[in-house]
Amino acid sequence: MRKIEAVNDFVIKFANINGTGSASANNMFAKSIFRSGVPVSPKNIFPSNIQGLPTWFEVRINDKGYMGRRGGVDFMVATNGQTMKQDYDEVLPGGYFLYDNTKPLPPIYQRTDINLIGIPLTDICIKEYRDPRQRQLFKNIIYVGALSYLLDIEFNVFQELVQDQFKGKEKLITPNIHALELGYRYAKENYTETCAIKVEKRDLTKGKILVDGNTGSALGAIYAGATVAGWYPITPSTSVVDAFEKYCKRLRIDPSSGMNNFAIIQAEDELAAMGMVLGASWNGARAFTATSGPGVSLMAEFLGLAYFAEIPGVLIDVQRTGPSTGMPTRTQQSDVLPAAYASHGDTKHICLYPANPKDCFEMSHQAFELTEYLQTPIIILSDLDLGMNDNISDEFEWHDDTLMNRGKVLSEDELENMSERWGRYLDLDDEGIGYRTIPGTHPTKGSYFTRGSSHDEYAAYTESSEAYVRSMKRLEKKWETAKSMVPAPVGHKAKKKANIGAIFYGTSTDASLEALDQAANDDVHINGLQIKAFPFNNDVKQFIDDHDYVFMIEQNRDGQMKSLLVNELQIDPNKIVSILNYDGMPITASFIVDQLNNVLDQAKVTPLQAEQG
Amino acid sequence: MSFIRPNIRHPQLPVNDIGFTRADYEGALSTLCAGCGHDSISASILQSCFELSIEPHKIAKMSGIGCSSKTPAYFLGNSHGFNSVHGRMPSVATGANMANRDLVYIGVSGDGDTASIGMGQFAHVVRRNLNMVYIVMNNGCYGLTKGQDSATADKGSASKKGVPNPYSSIDLCETAIQLGAGFVARSFSGDKEQLIPLIKAAVSHRGFALIDVVSPCVTFNNTPKSTKSYDHVREHMNATGTFDFVPLKDEITTQYEPGKTEEITLHDGSAIRLHKASENLDFSSPRSAMNEIEKYKEKGEVLTGLLYLNPQTPDTHELLGTTSKPLNSLSDKELCPGSDVLKSINSSFQ
Repeated sequence: MRKIEAVNDFVIKFANINGTGSASANNMFAKSIFRSGVPVSPKNIFPSNIQGLPTWFEVRINDKGYMGRRGGVDFMVATNGQTMKQDYDEVLPGGYFLYDNTKPLPPIYQRTDINLIGIPLTDICIKEYRDPRQRQLFKNIIYVGALSYLLDIEFNVFQELVQDQFKGKEKLITPNIHALELGYRYAKENYTETCAIKVEKRDLTKGKILVDGNTGSALGAIYAGATVAGWYPITPSTSVVDAFEKYCKRLRIDPSSGMNNFAIIQAEDELAAMGMVLGASWNGARAFTATSGPGVSLMAEFLGLAYFAEIPGVLIDVQRTGPSTGMPTRTQQSDVLPAAYASHGDTKHICLYPANPKDCFEMSHQAFELTEYLQTPIIILSDLDLGMNDNISDEFEWHDDTLMNRGKVLSEDELENMSERWGRYLDLDDEGIGYRTIPGTHPTKGSYFTRGSSHDEYAAYTESSEAYVRSMKRLEKKWETAKSMVPAPVGHKAKKKANIGAIFYGTSTDASLEALDQAANDDVHINGLQIKAFPFNNDVKQFIDDHDYVFMIEQNRDGQMKSLLVNELQIDPNKIVSILNYDGMPITASFIVDQLNNVLDQAKVTPLQAEQG
Repeated sequence: MSFIRPNIRHPQLPVNDIGFTRADYEGALSTLCAGCGHDSISASILQSCFELSIEPHKIAKMSGIGCSSKTPAYFLGNSHGFNSVHGRMPSVATGANMANRDLVYIGVSGDGDTASIGMGQFAHVVRRNLNMVYIVMNNGCYGLTKGQDSATADKGSASKKGVPNPYSSIDLCETAIQLGAGFVARSFSGDKEQLIPLIKAAVSHRGFALIDVVSPCVTFNNTPKSTKSYDHVREHMNATGTFDFVPLKDEITTQYEPGKTEEITLHDGSAIRLHKASENLDFSSPRSAMNEIEKYKEKGEVLTGLLYLNPQTPDTHELLGTTSKPLNSLSDKELCPGSDVLKSINSSFQ
């Protein structure tokens, strides 16, 4: 029988039941690959449920560093009876199917093109352990031990991992290592020469970390000096605030008093969460909230207030599959338009699109700098795939000479020495940004009334059409100022001259870059551009102008970024061809390549450029 | 109300302990209807702040949307104000208070802003016991949209439209007591003698202080069939007693015989000296307060004055364990853990 042969280039998928302790075993497996120096990309595919429903953990191992989802399963670890048949059918021909053979496979399992690896996990556990909970937990560790042998991952990597994981709980180290050995031994005794997929040690993860994006966002907020977080629990953003709290408790305790140099408030809903952020930011603290699509809908009114009254605030939107409740534990990039134009009236918001945990860390910091300088809210659009999965990333970096830039905030002395009449919304520097004051700064100067109703340059209520139009025009000028301050797009030039472009952002980036490489192997050359922020910097328009047409690769049904490009840059919609994945699973390179080829094949018959003529 | 306020001040205007005149606490001219109860409340707020000698810039005025929420523009012109969105003042005040615990937060809201659209935020700001004064200018109707009944309109009460309100009303004082507020009072916009000491005590109280002030709407709800008209309230108002607010600096010398007079010391050392209408009143008991409020309601009357007081409730900062320094004053050094720490964090992800 054919066997898939691979070294450091395969996909292994674990089928489990949630609530059975599989997550920590699976994470240990992923980390063992990382510590073997081989790039790894684990993705947790989990239900919106606490216990008892199917959950999968799909791990791509690739030493070329392609970390987008690949699709297809070379090796399946099937421990969930509910989905066993589906999991069995999913294995690629020549692939491997590891299952618990305490009971034989039912007769409908008739495939002859895959390799079965039966390990009596239940049997081993019944013999070894008395406690039912232990029997359950160690089952997971045993299959990890078996994989160590089958995939040739050095056993001592696991020993070290167990030691690290249970630091402080030494009693647990020996039984875990014992369980790993049970699996390793069984595989060695029964399946020598069975598996032709191998992990070989490399040195490719030096200077890298394996971490989820939400942790990156939280650490970015800590380093940026955020002190106030108002939030409401919602998947997949909850772990941003969890991580913020965890690190605050470690890093933000006042050494002399033992009190907290931070305040985290779990709000009654997302409206209140955003209200707290604006109240705190207005009052001179750096404040943020984290939510997902449904929360953004609720926060819209406050975002409009912040836009019009010019109040800073950072919102981290970890997107999930919409509309409505949608699929709360699946990923999507479908808040692009609702975030950009959140709230009634003419509003638009600055958005940042992180693609990896390091981006999350840096953009989180950048968001606080931008929001205070520009005096307008900043929305960071992460997503479930980036936020909740461990991603390989460059290490987080910090330069100790980085200080908070609070923007145009007048100090007590500046107010005291001011000879002209101060106006909160006077545009003195031709940037569209006024000078603000923090309550309590000066006894007689600098107080004003913040309001979402129309106001003049001195923050006084007005129903004057002229004053209103002046405000709106100034906000437009501020928007222009923002274009040169937000992160610029990153170009990925094809190796040969190309007249086709491809644009992508956030978590579509890895798979897109891989797809462009694959296309190049077939002699199709496409220049890539990764968008990092809205409003679009002028380079984005230039890129589109420089190509005959461009592909817009994103993860939503309606081509939201395309709409934004067409709307904001006045691009001919025919010039942008959408490639859209919106099934809730992370986009794959093979999907993109298929779509590219479809369009390119058609274009050979009727060239796309001609359509515009 | 529109009139031209002279901007010439008498050189010998009385000043308070920190050298400010009453004029320093004034705001812009009111644009509310002539005779609106809200203007009297604004006047009481500014009088209280003047008498308490609070530096105007150390006060933050917070409001939502509605006639009442416009009033912060008409008092304390040297204080920062934040006119937020409808029903959401409590969350904005919460964020502001988290950023700087050293300011005095005076929230002004209406019955629509609090008891309808803002009921959720109101309930939760009480639960968290945010250190703020929350004044409801309660007229039982929506003024700016021309007189619809609000959720505090009494069942059977009729506004200018003449249709009796068929729905039960929400009693914000009872709600606040039930949710754990430490200071709960009810007053009437037409009774400054009662309202001013109440506001002063509420400002001095640490934690959440609610003053629900019945404030007749002269345009839409001052009708003979309304229970929130000037006449009706005057005729049916019963006070739990009177009290003097004794600031910290005034030494308490007089001793009163126990019974009808009671002295309660607030967290900041100032005190309230109560002259109770009845010896049976127990301001420290939520059950007694609820009982009294309901007793008067049954008679078709409204109980005003201090209703409940517990000066020892921990506020949000105490519950969270926040540092005593305002969070908005912390330096880079205090907030940023630095690159060495980040290196060790990085290695925990390897």
